Amino acid sequence: MKNPLRNAVFGLVVAVVATLAFINAGTAGGTSTARNKLTLIAPAAPGGGWDGFAREGQQALKSGGVVNNAQVVNVPGAGGTIGLSQFVQMPGREDALLATGGVMVGAIELGDNPESMADVVPIARLADDYAALVVPADSEFKTLDDFLAAWKQNPGGTSIGGGSLGSIDHLLSAMVAKTVGIDPQEVNYIAYSGGGEALTSLLSHTTSAGMSGYNEVSDQIEAGTLRALAISSEERLEGVDVPTFKEQGVDAAMSNWRGFVAAPGITDEAKAEFIKIVTEMRSTDHWQEALKRNDWTDTFTTGEEFEQFINNEVATAQEIVKDLGL
Amino acid sequence: MEQLELLMGGFASALTPINLLWVLIGALLGTAVGVLPGLGSAMAVALLLPVTFSLEPTAAFIMFAGIYFGGLFGDSTSGILLNTPGHSSAIASTFEGHRMAKSGQAAKALATCAIGAFIGGLIATTLVVFFAPTLVKMATVFGPAEYFALAVFAFLAISAVVSESVIRGIAALGIGLALALVGIDGPSGTARFTLGMPQLFDGISVIVITVGLLALGEVFHIASRIHRDPIATRIETKGRARLNLADFKKALPAWLRGTAFGAPFGLIPAGGAEVPTFLAYGTEKQLAKRRNDPDFGTTGSIHGLAAPEAAANATAGTAMGALLALGLPTSATAAIMLAAFQQYGMQPGPLLFERSGDLVWALLASLFIGLVILVMINIPFASVWAKLLSIPKHYLYAGITVFSMLGVYAVSSAVLDLWLLIAIGLVGFLMRRYNIPLAPVLIAVILGPMAETELRRALAVSEGNLGILIDSPITITLYLVLAAALALSAVQHLRHRASRKV
Repeated sequence: MKNPLRNAVFGLVVAVVATLAFINAGTAGGTSTARNKLTLIAPAAPGGGWDGFAREGQQALKSGGVVNNAQVVNVPGAGGTIGLSQFVQMPGREDALLATGGVMVGAIELGDNPESMADVVPIARLADDYAALVVPADSEFKTLDDFLAAWKQNPGGTSIGGGSLGSIDHLLSAMVAKTVGIDPQEVNYIAYSGGGEALTSLLSHTTSAGMSGYNEVSDQIEAGTLRALAISSEERLEGVDVPTFKEQGVDAAMSNWRGFVAAPGITDEAKAEFIKIVTEMRSTDHWQEALKRNDWTDTFTTGEEFEQFINNEVATAQEIVKDLGL
Repeated sequence: MEQLELLMGGFASALTPINLLWVLIGALLGTAVGVLPGLGSAMAVALLLPVTFSLEPTAAFIMFAGIYFGGLFGDSTSGILLNTPGHSSAIASTFEGHRMAKSGQAAKALATCAIGAFIGGLIATTLVVFFAPTLVKMATVFGPAEYFALAVFAFLAISAVVSESVIRGIAALGIGLALALVGIDGPSGTARFTLGMPQLFDGISVIVITVGLLALGEVFHIASRIHRDPIATRIETKGRARLNLADFKKALPAWLRGTAFGAPFGLIPAGGAEVPTFLAYGTEKQLAKRRNDPDFGTTGSIHGLAAPEAAANATAGTAMGALLALGLPTSATAAIMLAAFQQYGMQPGPLLFERSGDLVWALLASLFIGLVILVMINIPFASVWAKLLSIPKHYLYAGITVFSMLGVYAVSSAVLDLWLLIAIGLVGFLMRRYNIPLAPVLIAVILGPMAETELRRALAVSEGNLGILIDSPITITLYLVLAAALALSAVQHLRHRASRKV
């Protein structure tokens, strides 16, 4: 040991790092209550759909004083199913919620995952948005009927661009096809990884029509570069001048919903507490603003009603995936 | 010039002392995050987004501008010094940049990079200011057939020049394509080569492959030679460190060529910054061959570094234009910026300039300010960073190992990625041992999936009719240029052979 100073510095650094690591391990290992420190797991990369949803939730929880501390943890991958499978392996965790939604339901059915929505405890559905069938402004299709007529005549030649397989864009396209009497397997669906790519495929006239989240294309519609033929909501949305599929005689509706679920094996008290937390979160000003800012429809549902909703969603997705032959 | 006037208005609202502080903080944070392998500016913006909620919009945007370009300045720093590019857009800069650093020109390489990034960003941002609405039309003429032609073009243009031995080059391409095939296939939803592991459904991350091959492979290689072969493992610390006028003259055309490659690519949504950086690198390599530049591929050529770096930043600059004018997020960072803009009630898209003109011009002015601040921080720091290489080898390479592992883990927090990193590092070691070039692997990893997906999309749309591939002026031109280039090199090859026989 030639250089005592160097050794001393080295020793100090090791000590500091070790102390910090122990402190971190200490706080991570202890069980905390949801009111104290709540972890929101976003099964998407930073910037992904559920990440934005979870971070809005985090801000609302903090700013409204609903919980003392809330943090977002990202577990990205495979349509959210990686996050789901990790979450299922934390049974009884009463201080963590997983963000979930329609995309995850589709991904589970498509990917033959061992875990399913039945493995988690539904807490609440919070926000929905809807998909719209759009065509470029100079397209020959003026109305949904024009499009359906051409589609029925030549399903292969009338391609539809949209999000990745298993997304609401994909499932809805198949659902509409089936309703109007086209074999879903004949639908020429071109999958893109993001809304931006799907949008350019429309503008470059690669695909005949596009199925896309209405919020992603509303500006293009307003600017007159795209025309919306139909939207997937049950009823006409306030402030949105687009007719629904249903009012045009096509019995198809689907929403891209988002919500929270809790880990398996939690107590009934913990579940009730989670529902209370989420209910309080929803009534914060921040959350109400977030709904407006993101153009989300408030579809707050909890308890049995939400459980029933998930069961219906899973059944619908299963049926469509079967029709698609995937 | 109406735009100039509006831009000046933007500068007026952006240039306040407190805003300069924000852009400085943004630039430093962006650079710091960019230096870590794997953590791009996308991550930095996402993490800092909640912080900016409390700032007023102009302050927040100016900070984003610093982070956005800061990440791009930072990612090549670690590539040059440690052979671990911080992000995939810095891969092409790493090849020649690290060679320069190894031959004692680290500070010069870093300065070349900083100025290149500045020039690329500056030209691209200027283009956006004056021609944004016209430029975005370009995005809409690109369909899958055009993308496929572009991928084929890039493949041949690059692969032909990066490998001295055809067989070794093809072997390397094969390794890359095999790695790229892992994951769920987009068009059909089928899992390929995932061994049933859901962790592999999204494929092997480009970052894991890059860091494994370049950084960890190098560490294993050095470790295996350290006592046997002192020359191969030595890092020169001698050599001219400063960028002098002669270097500047050499680099300037390369910077401009790189910008010319990069600027159009920011507008089209597929491919990202990697394709133009590789194209720029390939072009410089061809040019080096023609002018018999002995530095290229040995001690590191300033051309080979300047061009890809400028290309990467030019892409980022015009990507911002596509985001603003069309609402098209053409990169991950842009996608997060889109979310950030929406927080302030600003909806990028065709109506943006009409609806929130003030904010847009402040943002564009911020981009310029961010670039200037970044080049001011990075040039003096070049020689400080370069000191990193005077750390004794065993510490340095141990540090690189920790650094790469940390970066890769931070991206996905998946242990599997660490195992993959080590495995790919070993592959990289073997490839070095048997003299198989590394660049084609990375090119295949990036271009392979793009070519495959676009080809299948094109054929799906045309219902299997191959005619769609040569159905537009762009595709026809690309294939004609390609055919001409191949014919030319064949003729040269034959002539070469004939003259050698005599």
